[in-house]
Amino acid sequence: MNGIRDTAIVGIGQTEFSKNSGRSELQLAAEASLAAISDAGLSPADIDGMVTFTLDSNDELDLMRCLGIAELNWTARGPFGGAAASATMQLASAAVASGAARAVLIYRAFNERSGRRFGQPDAGGYAAAMSGPDFHFAYGLDTPAKIYALWYQRYMRKYGVTSEDLGRYVVVAREHAATNPAAWFYGKPITLDDHQNSRWIVEPILHLLDCCQESDGGVAIVVTSADRAKDMKNGGVRVLAATQSHRFGGQIMFDYYRDDLAEFEETRTMTERLWKDSGLGPSDIDVAMIYENFSPVVFLALEGHGFCKRGEAKDFIRDGHIRLDGSLPLNTHGGLLGEAYIHGVNNILEGVRQIRGTAANQVAQARHVLVSASRSGMILGPLDT
Amino acid sequence: MSQKDDVYFWEGAREGRLLLRSCAACGRIAHPPVPMCPHCHSLEWGTQQASGRGTVYAWIDSRHPSRPDSPSRIVALIDLEEGVRIVSNLRGTALDAIEPDAPVEVFFEEINGHAMPQFRIVEGRQ
Repeated sequence: MNGIRDTAIVGIGQTEFSKNSGRSELQLAAEASLAAISDAGLSPADIDGMVTFTLDSNDELDLMRCLGIAELNWTARGPFGGAAASATMQLASAAVASGAARAVLIYRAFNERSGRRFGQPDAGGYAAAMSGPDFHFAYGLDTPAKIYALWYQRYMRKYGVTSEDLGRYVVVAREHAATNPAAWFYGKPITLDDHQNSRWIVEPILHLLDCCQESDGGVAIVVTSADRAKDMKNGGVRVLAATQSHRFGGQIMFDYYRDDLAEFEETRTMTERLWKDSGLGPSDIDVAMIYENFSPVVFLALEGHGFCKRGEAKDFIRDGHIRLDGSLPLNTHGGLLGEAYIHGVNNILEGVRQIRGTAANQVAQARHVLVSASRSGMILGPLDT
Repeated sequence: MSQKDDVYFWEGAREGRLLLRSCAACGRIAHPPVPMCPHCHSLEWGTQQASGRGTVYAWIDSRHPSRPDSPSRIVALIDLEEGVRIVSNLRGTALDAIEPDAPVEVFFEEINGHAMPQFRIVEGRQ
């Protein structure tokens, strides 16, 4: 055992993705977890580690009581909301690589549409928690859409990115969702006109169709050593690299206090580590899954990852590179806009399916998949890499 | 109740002053405030009164996401002359009349029971 690249994903599981699950978040977590454990050919007794988000409402001990797990020797939770999505893989793989745990269960489950809606003002109860005004919420920054739109505007102005440019990404994401039976928007592609005619959520930046969904659902992943993966029911998908990058001066959500908001340094520095750790580069990646709370972040990420130059993501997308037959098929499940918003962890499951060759929109000979969530990311590959 | 690191800002606002937290040892400004200066690690802080002048860096219209007829409020990032960026509201202007780098000045208004800095565009000054 040398490090993260000696670990592998051996199981994935999910519930259906909906707008009203009709059951508790803990039940969603338990169903997805059991499906992932079973997909690996393991039993709950084999799980000795758990990883989720700091934001997840499902207590590890409660999930143990559902699954019948006897003992855990490792728990870790990733901070920073959606930025934790890919960080969960580093936390799980590091635990396995160090010997702290033998098989780690990653889970994320919520009723984010039928329960507390994060996209609505004060869904987090900030106002009640604050004894006075603050530097952001009190001025009207009370939804993620507003908070991020204020930030994306600089990028769009600097590089002349228009709302139609954003729409061209959304059309592709919805095209991919339209042929993914697990996607909420299965069978429901959109046109650029639909995008342009959807109502403003945050004028002058985000239309309704630029925003990720609000979803109910659960997903889970089982990680163990690459050695053990060879004997697993569905084999393994190797974690070639997994890392995070958080930089001085940054803030989560209200990331306004750095010099040039048109650049997203964390994505660039995170990706440099992925290349260094994996020995790969942008041209080695066959498929990518990029976390999109809102469409503009895809543009920043494509450039931050080095798939195209600064300011050229709009051309990269317009030229068809991110379609299924393009040079870099992107968010082949439909992304968080098209499939569901399970906080970005569903992107990892799609990365696994692409390498297994079982994706609804399978890319031929997909060997290297990059999965990222702005500040965290991973590269997945076949076990024999 | 624990001592918050931003008390000086709201006390200043009540007096009609836009105050920034500056390190008592090295003089650097920290906004949003932190309890330790990341440059010299001093825990002693003073305040510096900002001129209240700056320029518009970015802006959005803040409405309720599912009630399009809800009241509009323009939220903006303002780059202050002191080299610090703050979030505030732009008042007395239409959304489509705002240009990047438009010069602005501060004024104070009571909102939801608290004195808060607000900004307006300064006409005829570039």
